[in-house]
This record gives sequence, C-alpha cells and structure tokens, in this order.
Amino acid sequence: MYLYDHYDQAMVDARVAEFRDQTRRRIEGTLSEEKFRPLRLQNGLYLQLHAYMLRVAVPYGTLSGSQMKMLGDIADKYDRGYGHFTTRQNIQYNWIKLEDTPDILADLASVEMHAIQTSGNCIRNISADQYAGATADELIDPRPYAELLRQWSSFHPEFLALPRKFKICVIASDTDRAAMRLHDIGIQIVKNEAGEIGAAFYVGGGMGRTPIIAPLVKAFVPLDELITYSEACLRVYNRYGRRDNKYKARIKILVHELGLEEYSRQVEEEFAHLQTLNIEPPLAELERIKTFFADPAYETGLSDDLDLSNPAFAAWVKNNTAAHKTPGYAIVNISLKPVKVLADGTKEAGIPGDATGEQIRIMADLAKTYSFDELRVTHTQNIVLPHVRKADLFTVWEKLVAAELAEANLDKITDIIACPGLDYCTLANARSIPVAQKIAERMADKAEEIGELKLKISGCINACGHHHAGHIGILGVDRKGLENYQLLLGGCEGADTSLGKIIGPGFDEDGIVGAVEKATQVYLANKEGEERFLDTYRRIGMNPFKEAIYG
Amino acid sequence: MKIITGNDLKSGAVTWWNGAAWSLHVNDAADMGDEAAAVIAAEEAARRVNGAYVIEAEQTADGIRPAHIKERIRALGPTVRLDLSLDPTATPDKVL
Ligand code: SF4
Repeated sequence: MYLYDHYDQAMVDARVAEFRDQTRRRIEGTLSEEKFRPLRLQNGLYLQLHAYMLRVAVPYGTLSGSQMKMLGDIADKYDRGYGHFTTRQNIQYNWIKLEDTPDILADLASVEMHAIQTSGNCIRNISADQYAGATADELIDPRPYAELLRQWSSFHPEFLALPRKFKICVIASDTDRAAMRLHDIGIQIVKNEAGEIGAAFYVGGGMGRTPIIAPLVKAFVPLDELITYSEACLRVYNRYGRRDNKYKARIKILVHELGLEEYSRQVEEEFAHLQTLNIEPPLAELERIKTFFADPAYETGLSDDLDLSNPAFAAWVKNNTAAHKTPGYAIVNISLKPVKVLADGTKEAGIPGDATGEQIRIMADLAKTYSFDELRVTHTQNIVLPHVRKADLFTVWEKLVAAELAEANLDKITDIIACPGLDYCTLANARSIPVAQKIAERMADKAEEIGELKLKISGCINACGHHHAGHIGILGVDRKGLENYQLLLGGCEGADTSLGKIIGPGFDEDGIVGAVEKATQVYLANKEGEERFLDTYRRIGMNPFKEAIYG
Repeated sequence: MKIITGNDLKSGAVTWWNGAAWSLHVNDAADMGDEAAAVIAAEEAARRVNGAYVIEAEQTADGIRPAHIKERIRALGPTVRLDLSLDPTATPDKVL
C-alpha cells in the first residue's frame, strides 16, 4: 500500500490546521455561511437532512487495517456508531458535528487519510478495480497509476474549479468490476498489438440525469504519457465545458455536443502542446510508487483444497470468494447487505453499505491477521479482503458469521446498491433504503435460484445508487408530493456496459417490490440454460416483463 | 401553521423555533406566521442556526406534523433508524 511521504503528510496536516482555523472563524462569526460553505465542502463536510455529513476519501478503495480501525473509531467517537460505505468506494458519516470536524480530520491525518476533494467541482477520489493486485485476470496492477493520478489531481491548481465534478476510474482487466465506462474518464490498461502496455481512454461517461456510456477516445496512450494525456482531456473540458448550465456542465455533455471526433481532435492538439512542456512526472516517481504495491510475501506451496462439508461455509465460498492470482489464496468479499432470519421466520434486511464501528474494527482485525493488512471498499458497497489463505477461509468465515458479516449473497438480488435516499439526503425525492430492505426480505429465499442479478436503487435522478447500470434499476421520483418508483431493466456495468430502460409508469413502495418480484418470475419462466437475468432480458426484450407487470 | 426549522450551527442537529429559542423537538415548534423572516434573519446573524427556513405544518392529536415527508423525516429521524429518533413514539407510519 502507498505510504505518505513527508510532502503528502505536510499537505494533509496543513489542510487540517487551515480547516480548524476556518471552523473557529465560522463559529466565532467572522466567516459567514456563504463564505464558509465552499470551504467546508472542500473538506468533505456537507449539511444533510439530520446533521453535517462527512465524506472521507478512500483512494482507489484501498485501506490498511489501521486506517479501517480509525474509521470504526470515528464512527463510535464522533458519530452514532456506524458509517456508510458509498458507491464511490468512500465512507460517509451521517451525524457529524461541525465543532468536532477539525478533530476528526486530525485523527484521519494520523493514519494518512483525509476528506479533501470529496465534494465540489474538482477531480474526486480516483476509483479502481477492488481486486487490483490480487486477481489473475489483470494485465498489471493498476494501483500505481491510480496513485499517480491521485497525486497529480490532488490540489491541481488548474482543476480545482472545473465546470462540474470529475470522476476517474482505472482498471487493468477486461472484466470491469468498477463501472469504468460510467466515469468522466475511464482508463483501462491494455496491451497493444506490439505487446506494449498502455492505457485506453474512455471519456465522457456518467450516470445522473443524462446517462452516457463513455466512448473510446484513444485506444492506446503509452503509460509514460498517462498524466499528460489526462491533463489534455481535462484542459479541453475546463476550457469549453458549460459553466452556464449545471445540468449540461459534465464532460459527457461536452463530448456529446462537440462530437467524439472534434473532442478527440482538440485533445490531440492539446496533448501535442503539453508534450513540449514535459509535464509527465519523472519515471523515478512512478518507480517509487510501484514499490509500495509490490506483492506481499505470499507463502508458496499452499494447497487449494478446501473442506466444504459445512453447507453454509460452502455457500459463502461459492458466492463470496473469487480466484486469487496466487495458488492457495482467495479474494474474500464481505457483504454489507445482511438479511437476518428472525425467530418467527420473518426476514430483516440491513441497510446497504452500513457497518457499525465494531464491525469496521472486526474487518480491520481480520485484514491484519489474514489479509496482509489490506482491505478494499467496492463500489457495490461491500468490503474485500484481497489476499486470504484458503487454509484460513473457514476461520475468517466463522469470525464474519459472529459479526453478522457473512451473508453469502455477492451479486445476488439481495446484494443491492442503495444510495442514502430521502432518509438522509437533502437532494432526494424518495427513500431508497426501505425499498432495498423490502426487496431483500421478499426475495431472500429465491436469491440463490435467481443467481446473478444486480439491483441498484437511487433516491433521485443524480443516480448515486447507479440505477441506470442495474440489471434491475429503481429510481425514486416525487409524484405530487408522494414517493414514487420507476423500474428500469437491462442496465449493466462492466465489459458489456448498457443503460437500463424504463419499463412504464411508476409504482408506490409496495408496488415496486411486487414489480421486482414479477420481473424475476418472468426471468425464471423464460431462462434458457445458464442465462443470467440480464441475458434473458437481452434475448426476450422488455415486452414479456411489461405484460407480466402491468398486464 | 408556519414553523421555522434549521440546523444548529455547531452540532448540525435539526432544530425548531419555539417562539423564544431553538428546540430539538418538532412538537415545541411555534406558529410564527408573518414573523418568520425576521426571526430567521436575527438567528442566522447570531450564528445559532444554519440555513433556517419556514415550512408548513399542522397541529394533530399526535403533535405537530410537517406537511412534507422530507421535513417529517428531519423531525423524527431516518425511517430506517428510528432507534436514533428523539421521539420514542416514532414509527415509520408516523413519519409517512
Ligand atoms: S441519488 Fe439522489 S437521493 Fe441518492 S444520494 Fe444521490 S443525490 Fe441523494
């Protein structure tokens, strides 16, 4: 994992001191809210429905055990005992006091963390494949490049006042686990025909009001020009992105309005100019960064055999672990989407992405003992232990069971992405979480039979819950003052990214749960062979679903 | 009735104007009619509240009920974590 050098630490410490002073001045009255608001937002502090909300950056979703432990401690010390992992691989706290915030930022700085650039019209936290460095299907580890991009984009003076926020994602495998093409810039590390490694740039993707799948702008950028090319993409956007209309200000609109060809031409022109300025960080810096991401000291000669005689453990291994590049190891996914069965047989689903301070510390401990002190946050609001010995899986699972963290439902219908929605968010039109809970409770018994089904819920058009990319997506809208839910089918992130289509008129809360259930019934009735829900939908189209749901 | 709400500057807690001071309980809110704008200006200037505004509400047998669901959620807490509500009688039905 990357460790701060004294520049990183000095910058973050200086920011804490600066914010402490700004907060003091706000409370004393020498700073108005109008002046203070952009300053607190630059430090990740929003005002939400119930209190201030602090969003903490988790660079490319990677955390050490001590960082994770600190996140748990903050939940207990300054919040109400829990935190919410987000679709941007970050964590948010919902009940923060302004007067505590400088202390929280200081605590974060003590473990090389911060909340800088988690809000505002700047380059936000860089996201990446949560299996980076662990999976066999990647070309190289993308994290050194994500880290390089983090350093380049942190406090970049030219890009602190962009037309709108800007999200970059880096992956290095064809199996896109990070919704790469739904970012402002999606970078995939690829190999060209000559066998050289470089980066493919997809620019102008995103969700929100106008969902667009990022088109390929350049198929191959040499890795030693990654920053220069990124800078060129950003410069054209910064110059011509629409500042006159918030709804048209994202780069996707610029690329769309200029046309791919013209945007690419302008980027090439800027790129050629920037190449003469020699702005690429020195190779030595990249090499320095790479040393932090060297493989941990894996044991060799380990067996891949597992005793799967315990059915609950076997189900968890099947659903929640993934192949590791090293024999004898596995990637473990910890689901933050529990569905508890109560004594009377009824089900009680948890809040997607929420974990208590204690659970967060337990995951930190597991990382320390069993995963080379490393964790990842996924955009699906789950946690990953990237390098667990297969011989330790049963023990890890038992500890997760005891902490109510062992739901074996990865990528199943109960593993729902849900944004905070109207329960927490000032921008929301409708609640997302209770809908997720009701669906999970209704569908839990069928989840295994249904198989892979990615369900995503947003409480408003901003699409933090990625509803456009759900095999089933749900969008909360306000219909004459009442919560109403639109159903979308056929969205997908990943290598075959597609956008969901609205099936028809919306539903109330109970109606949407019933509609989802009917959609799964149509799938099960029409499924051929090993088809997933998405495959069946793509083959048979919307009509059979429409007929079943509205007929 | 017209009641004033905002967030406490230092803690961010949802607050309601009771006619003389801020309360954490919606049931303490006072009907401020036309005086709201003056109260908001004075309280924001005194840095006791952040982003205060006026909302419609009605007095019911159960207490004061804000007209919009968003304000009822602010008043009673997240419907999914009513264990955190300041109102021990809060239920999802009461919020909705
Ligand atoms: S999608 Fe809308 S409701 Fe959900 S968190 Fe984002 S802004 Fe809030």
